[in-house]
Amino acid sequence: MNHIALKMLMGDKGKYFGIIMGLTFASLIMTQQPAIFVGLMARSYSFISDVGLPDIWVMDSKVQFVDDIKPLQDTELYRVRGIAGVQWAMPMYKGLLKARLTDGTFQTCNLIGLDDTTLIGGPPVMLEGKLEDLRRSDSVIVDIDGAKDKLGKPAVKGGTAEPLKVGDNLELNDHRAVVVGISRVTRTFQSQPVVYTTYSRAKSYAPVERKLLSFVLVKAKQGENLGELTKRIRDVTGLAAYTRDEFKELTYNYFMKNTGIPINFGISVTLGFIVGAAIAGQTFYNFTLENIRQFGVLKAMGTSNLTLLRMILLQALLVGSVGYGLGVGLTALFGFLMRNTILAFKFPWQLLIFSGTGVSLICMLAALVSIIKVIRLEPAIVFKG
Amino acid sequence: MADKNLAVRCQNIIKTYDAGGQKVNALNGIDLEIQMGELMMLVGPSGCGKTTLISVIAGILDQDSGLCELFGENLKAMSNKNKLQFRARNIGFVFQTYNLLPALTAVENVSVPLIINGMKRKQAEAKAMNILEQVGLGSRATSMPLQLSGGQQQRVAIARALVHSPRLIVCDEPTSALDHKTGHTVMNLLKEVALHKDRALVIVTHDARIFGFADRVAEMDDGHIVKVENSKFN
Repeated sequence: MNHIALKMLMGDKGKYFGIIMGLTFASLIMTQQPAIFVGLMARSYSFISDVGLPDIWVMDSKVQFVDDIKPLQDTELYRVRGIAGVQWAMPMYKGLLKARLTDGTFQTCNLIGLDDTTLIGGPPVMLEGKLEDLRRSDSVIVDIDGAKDKLGKPAVKGGTAEPLKVGDNLELNDHRAVVVGISRVTRTFQSQPVVYTTYSRAKSYAPVERKLLSFVLVKAKQGENLGELTKRIRDVTGLAAYTRDEFKELTYNYFMKNTGIPINFGISVTLGFIVGAAIAGQTFYNFTLENIRQFGVLKAMGTSNLTLLRMILLQALLVGSVGYGLGVGLTALFGFLMRNTILAFKFPWQLLIFSGTGVSLICMLAALVSIIKVIRLEPAIVFKG
Repeated sequence: MADKNLAVRCQNIIKTYDAGGQKVNALNGIDLEIQMGELMMLVGPSGCGKTTLISVIAGILDQDSGLCELFGENLKAMSNKNKLQFRARNIGFVFQTYNLLPALTAVENVSVPLIINGMKRKQAEAKAMNILEQVGLGSRATSMPLQLSGGQQQRVAIARALVHSPRLIVCDEPTSALDHKTGHTVMNLLKEVALHKDRALVIVTHDARIFGFADRVAEMDDGHIVKVENSKFN
């Protein structure tokens, strides 16, 4: 009876495509919107991901997320270095600074100061120049997106904007800075240009403050239990110490709790589910209603309720699979086309399960309503004119 | 002992419907017997209970009381599963509006009862093809129902009713949607191809032009059988 069920389903092309379109739309919304949400949330901790080497981040105990800088005294670095189980500990400066562009306008940058000796915490990928070039005087490394866009030289009349290049100068808080390298970093939530320099130079660029140490980056000795080491650092220094994943989670949770992002995306996904369910469910139910006489004929001729139930489930499974596949495919295509844009997009495998569950629910609901209708159907309907 | 020549035996069949809180007596004590090899027509005005009676005879509606036996089997006493199997094996249906599945070709439509009875699709379609040839539609086997005329659709429906060799064929107004000539062609076909000494035909009709094809005509009114008489044309 399976081929009869499928032919009944695909016999009316218009309705068949209507159901498929509804489910495709639902599947698209339920994957594309969460993918943007996940991409956006991943950006909130992208800086932590990019700083790959340290195991533990030490900071002021009141820090709520990666951009919430509460500076420490430089002496804290030495206290951390003195704790048992610490292989090394390096300073990092992170702060916002205004860069003056060649046309006189200002652009806020994320200035990262790396340990002068080891340069630990540098950009993950160097596109031009070398990280060691930071040891040259007044040197900075700029990220490619910032160099092309916000820090680029504005277009002169009739020309096009020119990206910042190695050898170009910048003015950071009235200090000269020379670009010695271009790096690639993962886009951050605020998408500001990222400028790397040494810790000591960063302190000279930054406005004068009593405390300027943002983080202490710690590498644990081999075989050291990270949980125990972070606890030891907290106990000894009174500072906050997190493993990389804990710090990411802290940042992620801050954005989840304190921004409207989850609610906005939650509404989009819920609306996608409701609209998809309404379109696909209604069309599928209408399809069953319009075929009710045919189901009645099959029932009169001796088809059991179980067989009819299997036929409807097969129809639901087919439209569900096709709609889901198309929706997920469109989302993947969307992500591919947007890969080089500013749009945040991350499509982990868990989203496939999420949207698959959503589409399955819609199909099951639609099939259930149709099944109830068909099971309750009196086959005597076939004799009514 | 059951009469082996008796296809249908109805005794004091009563069926009541609930129509908006009011009880409507559709069948008021029907007594009827139909022999094997017989073409019985149920005639009468609209609402007299003809359709309810064939629904009970065909086992797709249970009577409130009374006995209805098909080939000696009491359908009401059967389990749902057994009743479905019994219906699938023993009864063929021809409907007023053909009720062909519009998404299936003629040969696929005809093969449906065989597939319901568990036959493999290819084998079922081969057998369906033979029957389609018997009703003169071998060349239209791959046509969709909407590509066929009303008469051709009814011939496909007859082929579908015959394909699994049922012992009872129930027809509901088989000619009412057809013109006079096509109606006669369909009735000739039913009489020639469907009627058989091991099979009975029950036809519900308003169409007085085809009464002559019946062996007996049972006239109904208000849920009763008023009279049963041999067709005057026989």
